[in-house]
Amino acid sequence: MSHSPADARGAAPEPPHPATPPARQPGLWELFLACSRVGLSGFGGVLPLLRHLLVEERRLMSGADFNALLGLCQFLPGSNVVNLAVCVGARFHGARGAVVATAGLLLGPFLVMMALATAYGEWGHLAVVQDMLRGVAAAGAGLLFATALKMARNVPERWIYLPFAALMLVALVILRLPLPPLMLALLGVTGLIAYRRGRRAARLAMTAKTES
Amino acid sequence: MALLADLFLQFSILTVVAFGGITAMLPELHRLVVEQRQWMDDTTFAHLFAIAQAAPGPNLLVVSLIGWKVAGIPGAIAATLAISLPMSLVIFFLYRHWERFRDAPWREAIQTGVAPLAVGLVCASGWLIGASAGLDLRGILLTLACTGLMLVRGWHPLWYIGAGAAAGALGLV
Repeated sequence: MSHSPADARGAAPEPPHPATPPARQPGLWELFLACSRVGLSGFGGVLPLLRHLLVEERRLMSGADFNALLGLCQFLPGSNVVNLAVCVGARFHGARGAVVATAGLLLGPFLVMMALATAYGEWGHLAVVQDMLRGVAAAGAGLLFATALKMARNVPERWIYLPFAALMLVALVILRLPLPPLMLALLGVTGLIAYRRGRRAARLAMTAKTES
Repeated sequence: MALLADLFLQFSILTVVAFGGITAMLPELHRLVVEQRQWMDDTTFAHLFAIAQAAPGPNLLVVSLIGWKVAGIPGAIAATLAISLPMSLVIFFLYRHWERFRDAPWREAIQTGVAPLAVGLVCASGWLIGASAGLDLRGILLTLACTGLMLVRGWHPLWYIGAGAAAGALGLV
């Protein structure tokens, strides 16, 4: 790695305002290498690594800035980390930065995947390989269930919203409905419920304020 | 070429409704590539998921493996681009204006509305992976043990993956 964080800080003069958010501009190559390292070392979750690198290690953005971008990336569909890499790259170098950051994040792991795919093509028929992969799939399914349950714990007003989780599950697993129309229909309903409840809460807060 | 175009188009449509990230997309991927297009069987789908679990990188790369199975390296590239490109373009033109509608009531409503649907999606992902892998009772017990341990202990996911591989190699599941 050509730029260590110590170099970057040592090269700059004494920071005049330690409290101001850092605004160092990384080069395109540094961006690529940093994203590659995050992509290749991310087992079971790249997001925390990306945050650590950007906010703590390289100090390229403040924690609040990162959270704001993450809010957008988690709000929109698609892969959260790819969305985030696009935002971060674009922030520093426009379209070129977006391409470089995303390519950095995906290229290394993509090559690893292709190597594994080739190995699977070669030895995937062996009984021991099939047994191992079945074991990994079983464990992976367990991790998915754990993720779903953790997410369910964070859903507010569960008695209203969790029935829709069950509805989605049944629609996908038993009815095998296609996701695009299903998602739009269910999101229309849950979104409308959330919108109306949000409105009502805002109105109640307003009247409480005027009365006091 | 027609195959690559079909792959690209189907995955592009998919990513636009992939609220809740890529793990939430597995049921639709399964429906598409196993049931509808019949590009691979259940077992292969579960195998590719397992390989992606054991490898580093963002979890969207399971899609690269699926693309590889369908049409080799060109298929892997087409699938990866299809999953990442559409929303990347949207976000590139949107991120500057995010602050303006960050506190809008409809934005919060959508976020609240998506959360329970994502729970159902990820749960369906776990279900379909387990079903595709053709788990017997011992396999289901391993799945439930991993779920329980992850909830109460939260060890790094790699430990579970390694334990699953070992249990498989020893013929326990």
